[in-house]
Amino acid sequence: MTTPASTPSGFGFASHLFCRECGATSSLGASHACAECFGPLEVGYELPPVTRASIEAGPASIWRYASLLPVPQDVAVRPNTDPGWTRLARTDQLARELGLRTLWLKDERGNPTHSFKDRVVAVALAAAVEMGYKVLACPSTGNLANAVAAAAARAGIRSVVLIPADLEPQKIAATAVYGGAMVPVEGNYDDVNRLASELADDREDWAFVNVNVRPYYAEGSKTIGYEIAEQLGWRLPEQIVVPVASGAQLVKIDKAFRELIELGLVADTNYRVFGAQATGCSPVAAAFRAGHDVVQPVKPATIAKSLAIGNPADGPYVLDVVRRTGGAVADVGDEEIVHAIRLLASTEGIFGETASGVTLGVLRRLLADGLLDPDAETVIINSGDGLKTLDAAGSGAPAGTAAIRPTLEAFEAWESASAA
Amino acid sequence: MSVSVRIPTILRTFTGGSAEVNADPGTLREVLASLDAAYPGLAGRIVDDAGNLRRFVNVYVGDEDVRFAEGLDTPVPAGSRVSVIPAVAGG
Repeated sequence: MTTPASTPSGFGFASHLFCRECGATSSLGASHACAECFGPLEVGYELPPVTRASIEAGPASIWRYASLLPVPQDVAVRPNTDPGWTRLARTDQLARELGLRTLWLKDERGNPTHSFKDRVVAVALAAAVEMGYKVLACPSTGNLANAVAAAAARAGIRSVVLIPADLEPQKIAATAVYGGAMVPVEGNYDDVNRLASELADDREDWAFVNVNVRPYYAEGSKTIGYEIAEQLGWRLPEQIVVPVASGAQLVKIDKAFRELIELGLVADTNYRVFGAQATGCSPVAAAFRAGHDVVQPVKPATIAKSLAIGNPADGPYVLDVVRRTGGAVADVGDEEIVHAIRLLASTEGIFGETASGVTLGVLRRLLADGLLDPDAETVIINSGDGLKTLDAAGSGAPAGTAAIRPTLEAFEAWESASAA
Repeated sequence: MSVSVRIPTILRTFTGGSAEVNADPGTLREVLASLDAAYPGLAGRIVDDAGNLRRFVNVYVGDEDVRFAEGLDTPVPAGSRVSVIPAVAGG
């Protein structure tokens, strides 16, 4: 079928919104839930021809994929944090330790505020400005708060972030420094999220990036999938393990892979998508095991706070993706999470956040259970930086932390003591 | 005494633009039926054809998500507040 090349608007080549549940379409604008059935709205496109060369000629940021995102095509010259194009590290020592043939790690610490959230916020910001919003806001488990506060500061607009009051101090400090408003809220993330949903209904010029701007925001996660394929030399991995909080990242990585196939940018090879949760908040893993296609919400209790969403909005779609591709959703407990963080750090020099520990922990579990093929090329997502969740990984200080006197004798005494 | 129900923007076409309306107390199912009598078609947007809560809507009675309580059988005593909120948010 040939269609005339469409003309980009302020939303690029995005052409409409459609409901993932009932298929009802609506015009591009500030809505996120279907007026017919409350289903999530998704961005639809009339894509122009896209080539590997046109992408490769773009900037070293997510904007090299601007034509596949709902953003103005000159987005890269507007003030933004220029996220993305993080490294895809080949992790041979970790692979050997795990008994895997080939393992790659998408290192999202390389983003401006050290997590993948900069990608989604950059897309949400562009769309929010396009729609005339005056305030950038979000409910957040921490990483998103960092990203929203930084992006708003860079763009010169006001930000308001709502966070659970018990959040890690590092994430609070790394948000406050940007000078936006930060509101600690009593309760867990789901309570904060509910407040944000009610506020989004009440404050007409506030863009809650992951609520009323969510269809645009979520599209930003596709860039993780595009980058992995491009960095592998324009092909898809055979297996990928993705952390699951709301589930949007996993669903969008799958969407990215399918788009690349449809655009003819990669060969149509099989891939399996696996989801990773912490046992203390594993509603999607539980639904997967039980064979359900709906997700029963839970009250979270885990050190992986960035994944502690008890009522995950994209849970049902995660189940669809993993079942369609032959993957699985599994979970690991807090002890295995900490162990995995240390394993990654000691084998590869990469200090990931607790969610990264969840992802690697689940990879090990899947291997042990025979659900993951050790001979198939595998990618895992390192979603953020361990410096943001220091308390979780820092417990159990290594031996020899007592200070020594600055003398050779004292050092030699320390040496023989630690060798003992 | 009645109960108050918070209506999300996408359903205010049914309530003539009102963000908050009153209904009779009872179970959540009965509250929705009473709402539907006053605003025909409203309940059908919250509950599907099989009579279950639609999967992308959250309903709270006070601070409690009814999925943690008794679903559509959750009691809604006089004076309480019901909130209907799109579930597609967060993360």
